[in-house]
Amino acid sequence: METNTLERLKDLAISESGFLFDPYSGATFTLNNTGKFILQLLMDGKVIGEIESALKKKFEVGDEDLRNDIYEFVNLLKENHFLPNGFTP
Amino acid sequence: MSEFNYVIGVTGLNATDNPGPGISVIRALRAHPDFKGKIVGLAYDPLDPGLYPTDLIDSAYLMPFPSQGIDTLRQRLKYIKKVSNISLLIPTLDSEISAFINLESELREMGIRLFLPTKEQYDMRSKIRLAEVCEKADLDFPRTKIISDAEVLYQLSGEISLPYVLKGIFYGASVVQNMEEALAAFYKTTAQWGLPVIIQEFLEGEEYDIVAVGDGSGHIVGALPMKKTFLTDKGKGWAGVIVKDPRLLEITEKFCRTTKWRGPCEVEVLKTRDERYYLIEINPRFPAWTYLCAGAGQNLPFAVAQLAMGMDPNPLPEYKVGTMFVRISLEQIVRIETLEEIISKGEIHYR
Repeated sequence: METNTLERLKDLAISESGFLFDPYSGATFTLNNTGKFILQLLMDGKVIGEIESALKKKFEVGDEDLRNDIYEFVNLLKENHFLPNGFTP
Repeated sequence: MSEFNYVIGVTGLNATDNPGPGISVIRALRAHPDFKGKIVGLAYDPLDPGLYPTDLIDSAYLMPFPSQGIDTLRQRLKYIKKVSNISLLIPTLDSEISAFINLESELREMGIRLFLPTKEQYDMRSKIRLAEVCEKADLDFPRTKIISDAEVLYQLSGEISLPYVLKGIFYGASVVQNMEEALAAFYKTTAQWGLPVIIQEFLEGEEYDIVAVGDGSGHIVGALPMKKTFLTDKGKGWAGVIVKDPRLLEITEKFCRTTKWRGPCEVEVLKTRDERYYLIEINPRFPAWTYLCAGAGQNLPFAVAQLAMGMDPNPLPEYKVGTMFVRISLEQIVRIETLEEIISKGEIHYR
């Protein structure tokens, strides 16, 4: 992960309840538990495989579409400019 | 910390749905723990809402409109100095800044200090000359052309293509999509604000505003960037939040360094989707959301008061990103005798 991407993510303020504040744009969002968990892993610099394993472990889910769900969430982060367009976890 | 005991005059008490900055500036001054002085409100209309909050102002005066000329203004200030002994004045409205700049040395002799840009600095940030400043400061500025003749609109396509923004010399901006709209906007704008008009490339993006104070030697005393998060139907910010973006501060620093800006200003910046930053306007005064800076940790109005009195402002702490403002409109209850006093005497003294 590029350093500036990591720094950008680390500047995000997330509360216990999943309330997210982007200090660069001033925008706010609400994340569910899964979103909050994935974002935290991205902020820690984890790659797709590590995120997938961590999700399986935490939420006791199978393989079905998990990777696609992660990519979908990452795309959402890109659309909201938290991540650059070329970013791949 | 030493107590600040001076009497400060503040204008711009028109706290309406398009608010003047006066009340915001006064609340910031009052919020500073060292402020032990008095506040004199200066208003242009007996129903300016800022004439009535007795917890914020100690006295208030009606002022002559800027159109009545500088002599009338001078006489009125002389009277206010005599009665309320104001030591400094913070003008906050675009329409009056120029007159106060012209009066600055006379007011100083009278014992009223100001901390405003010089005439040259004031002219440099005008819509007509801002492109020149941006070039000197190495800042991006939308492509701009100043025109005084509607015929020129037909010859613009090589330089600035439709849609573009047509701005009045002092106020107002319309995005025009075609030649019919451009001509209509040209005549409407010139009827209201006179010639010339400014034609500016239309850029899409997010607007950010920075409130800052320059010390007059090229340095910044403090600066805070804000993103409006809720707009009224007039496009005025009703809520906003302090953001973290070093580029916005860098732009503000470059502007203040290039112009050696003295006093408060509001820097308006447009950030496009491809992350380019364009300086679009400089307002030579505090904005209406100034109280947010005190709430976020940097009390810029108090710093201006100190600078006006020749004091070094206290070092300002880091501001807190994420601090928000949300406006409220409320009814002030006023006795009819209070209005009578303001209308009949042109002044009121609460304490």
